[in-house]
Amino acid sequence: MNFEFSDEQRQLHDVVERYLNEQYPFDRYKSIKNTAAGWDASVWRGLAELGVPAITVPVEQGGLGFGPLETLAMMGECGRSLLLEPVLFSAVIGTALLRAFADSEPAAELLAGLASGEKIAVPAHFESGARNDSQWVGTTARRVGALYELDGHKAVVMHAGAADTLLVSARTSGEPGDAKGVSLFLVPRAAPGVVLDEYPTVDGRRAADVYFKGVEVPAENRLGPEGDALRAIEAALDIGLAALCADAVGVMQAMLDATVEYVRQRQQFGQPIGRFQVLQHRIADMLIHLEQARSMSYLAALRCTHEDSLERRRALSAAKVVIGQAARFIGQQAVQLHGGMGMTDELQVSHWFKRLTAAQLMFGDSDTHLQRFAALKRA
Amino acid sequence: MRLEFTDEEQAFREEVRSFLRDQLSPEISAKVLAGYELGREDHLEWQRRLHRRGWGAMGWPVEFGGPGWNSVQQYIFEEESALAGGPRLIPFGTKMVAPVIMAFGNVAQQQRFLPKISAGEEWWCQGYSEPGAGSDLASLKTRAVREGDHYVVNGQKTWNTLGQFADWIFCLVRTDSQAKQQSGITFLLIDMKTPGITVRPIMLMDGGHEVNEIWFENVRVPVENRIGEENRGWTYAKFLLGHERTNIAGIGIAKRELARLKHIAASERQNGRPLIEDPLFAAQIAQIEIDLWALEITNLRVLSAERKSPAAGPEASILKVRGTEIHQAISETLMRAVGPYALPFRREAMEAGWQFDPTRESPGPRYASTLAASYFNQRKLSIFGGTNEIQKNIIAKMIGL
Repeated sequence: MNFEFSDEQRQLHDVVERYLNEQYPFDRYKSIKNTAAGWDASVWRGLAELGVPAITVPVEQGGLGFGPLETLAMMGECGRSLLLEPVLFSAVIGTALLRAFADSEPAAELLAGLASGEKIAVPAHFESGARNDSQWVGTTARRVGALYELDGHKAVVMHAGAADTLLVSARTSGEPGDAKGVSLFLVPRAAPGVVLDEYPTVDGRRAADVYFKGVEVPAENRLGPEGDALRAIEAALDIGLAALCADAVGVMQAMLDATVEYVRQRQQFGQPIGRFQVLQHRIADMLIHLEQARSMSYLAALRCTHEDSLERRRALSAAKVVIGQAARFIGQQAVQLHGGMGMTDELQVSHWFKRLTAAQLMFGDSDTHLQRFAALKRA
Repeated sequence: MRLEFTDEEQAFREEVRSFLRDQLSPEISAKVLAGYELGREDHLEWQRRLHRRGWGAMGWPVEFGGPGWNSVQQYIFEEESALAGGPRLIPFGTKMVAPVIMAFGNVAQQQRFLPKISAGEEWWCQGYSEPGAGSDLASLKTRAVREGDHYVVNGQKTWNTLGQFADWIFCLVRTDSQAKQQSGITFLLIDMKTPGITVRPIMLMDGGHEVNEIWFENVRVPVENRIGEENRGWTYAKFLLGHERTNIAGIGIAKRELARLKHIAASERQNGRPLIEDPLFAAQIAQIEIDLWALEITNLRVLSAERKSPAAGPEASILKVRGTEIHQAISETLMRAVGPYALPFRREAMEAGWQFDPTRESPGPRYASTLAASYFNQRKLSIFGGTNEIQKNIIAKMIGL
């Protein structure tokens, strides 16, 4: 039992922190957010020079071969800096998904591209009307000779516009809701028939609903055996959930720090409002929430690759419940304690608030995971 | 970073388990697991058994007769003991006054008092709170006036836990009423048999006699029973309150009670189905289980950090607030689990002990008889040991407000 970060993990954190402090101040985030693309290729190159997208790529594909604890160590800084670039969805989840198929040539090749920062690959899995049900895949892939033909619609695909490759789940047999029959395909974003309806998300990132209309991909773009990809997809999403938790904890820490600073400076009734006990207790409650959330972000990182799937799902659902509830409380109270200023676009606090709001909604909210946890217990 | 305990820690856990299997009597554990009260002899007998094993003073340094356990080992012991139905350790001797005697007492006091605490030969209680001095403890008024080789003590202490069993009481008394509040307090050890001491029970809403008022009327205390210097007692008192607070979350007891909640919710039926399958009730249990898991990891994080240096921030306050909230949530949910059979309130059924005496039974399932009383009793948790509001004041101060 030990909760210390290793020297290597601490260094990784420090390197990312320093880079983001220098290269990604709040103003930079704001200007990038307002560009058409909503992300910055030069920032991505800078992160690639530090090795960020290579962290969890296997050494054989030019990566660093690290795991969830190293991801945990740096992820909080991405949250605190409001990083818009696709670390979570490409460097963590996309990479995790491809890693499961690293013995296939197209996946290995793409992993090398991800490690160097030249390529971006994100999952296109969840579908409209299915919320967070990972088995609900209605998009189809029909085998036609040496090709597959994909038809369907993927909902809120984060960073779809920035991606070179979409990692698309599609049904090669069965019905939506079946665990069997889901296959995974590498689909170039620019392939004919791929249509993006792109939009900004609440936290300033970019996403798209992606439509596939008779999209043809070569059969070798199917990763793994036909109809057997769901387990790998869920495993990658679990790794992503743990990283999302760490990102959110970074945001919560930043919001608490900013709120403490604000109530010490803001004067009303002739004194700093931080002298008022009602605000002190609110802030104490925020800290209590934060520390429980931090504990669960550690648990999520320690358990997200656990071979016992029941233990893994229990830990991740428990983590998402605690982190979702903490994100809601800390986010709302940080805005409240900043008063009218908390409502403005000018202050960072409203931007953190929106990133935490997004974190609550992604991969199932607290209620979804509370139910899932309760059901796992009975199983 | 890893969750699993080390091989040595696992081996230690096995050692504790085997001790509990050998030494914890079925009578005692049955009482503890069913939520019945333990008597003085139950507690002292347990203390004596721990002592015989060399574990009577588990937090003490080796030179004072402790087993040399670190805080992780103490945590493991308390967890295993709680799960097995071991009596909760009465803290006033081993965890409160003993560290003060070790740090600030003289050699004669150490030799006189420490061995009997460890051996379970003397029971200690606490004389801190007064009717007018609760959270604002330093405003205490019990006076001690020096007369030759004695202090003469007059005043009243309250919320004294299990003082009816005690041989000794450690007291904060005012020796200088002119000085600043905190500077006029002295720390005295007082023999409960001294003439002039009256112990009066305070009956609580659960019907139990757990706390007392203690009146001091011209009680003569030898000067040799003063800890450290006159008027320095507040320093010692704060040391005591800050000591060994990283196990205060009571994770082991909460785990045991959560398991009991699940067991009862599986036995109770609602609409013809086990209550535990009711979606709303199941979600409430799941929420408690998740909150407890998060607190357990927070507690382990504190222990892990303590291997390098003692916790000096708001950690203990966080553990206290969150721990008590979870214990209270469990006791409330346990009561609600039995529905109308939480209503019968027969004191003798709560004291029935492990021997199933049908004439002392309550109606309804046997496990129901203590649940309402336990819910009432557990409301104390957020009040004692520094109210949860005081803990939040401490947290706010620690983070710079």
